[in-house]
Amino acid sequence: MADREPLPDKIAIDMTPMIDCVFQLITFFMLTLKTVIPEGDFDIRMPLGASAGAPQEDPPVIVRVKMTAGPDGELAGITMNGSGVGDFEALRQKIIGIVGVNTGPGGAENTEVELDCDYRLKYINVVKAITAVSGMPQPDGTIVELVKKIKFTPPKKPS
Amino acid sequence: MAKRQSDGPAKTDIDMTPMIDVTFQLITFFIFTLNFSNAVQDDRVQLPLSQLAKPAEAPADDPITLQLWPDKDGVTKVIYNGEAIRVPDMSGFLEQEKRVLIDAGKEPADAKLIVRGDGRVKTGEVQELIKICQEKGFENFVLRAQYDERK
Repeated sequence: MADREPLPDKIAIDMTPMIDCVFQLITFFMLTLKTVIPEGDFDIRMPLGASAGAPQEDPPVIVRVKMTAGPDGELAGITMNGSGVGDFEALRQKIIGIVGVNTGPGGAENTEVELDCDYRLKYINVVKAITAVSGMPQPDGTIVELVKKIKFTPPKKPS
Repeated sequence: MAKRQSDGPAKTDIDMTPMIDVTFQLITFFIFTLNFSNAVQDDRVQLPLSQLAKPAEAPADDPITLQLWPDKDGVTKVIYNGEAIRVPDMSGFLEQEKRVLIDAGKEPADAKLIVRGDGRVKTGEVQELIKICQEKGFENFVLRAQYDERK
């Protein structure tokens, strides 16, 4: 039987194909990378003609928040139940004054906010108003919930 | 001048190990950050910020996403299936959505309409769109905002 040839001290592996594949993979992942910005939702239940239904046993306390717009669509003023409010933080404080921070019966549970907005008001102000009336963020990251029921008045198109 | 004599090795072996380590780290990073979600997000829409807008824990059933965005002329358009449509023209498309739901044995009220409104659009036009949806029988609406991480 012939003697086996002795193995070399160091076997050189050709790394080129593996590095090619790896770089192809990196290129693919880099090109398909899409950063997703965290988004959140405000649930609003708005059936058509809900106000025309049967009278409820315990009708909610309705807080009317009116937002007027300037000629450029920027916020010009906020009123709550007819009285002026300085800004959205002041609106939140007024809501807390009505519902307190208890979410049970007699508090936020039985309160509804009706948003009456100028047609040309920029939508960013609506989200700010909903944020102000629906909760209060705490320094530890938790949120004290305020009013959950929010509705809109019908849109009034300027003539 | 004396000629420089080459006395280096005939073949230089470069140690590839650190480069391969880094490369695999990169691949691992990209694999973990790969996003498989089919969330409808049009980059043109600048969502309003809200500290209360925390991401939903579970995806919505039968979501229909309507994205409102002001075009370069300031006209509000609804981005729906990649097309930019004027708000009053959405009625036909919503009718189609309604039919699809009914054919699947569901009601329009079961669907959730996700409104991704740009902060610059007119509130009245968002309300007009919601009104058209209501007329088709949709009643569950979600106003979407971008989570504001600032304290």
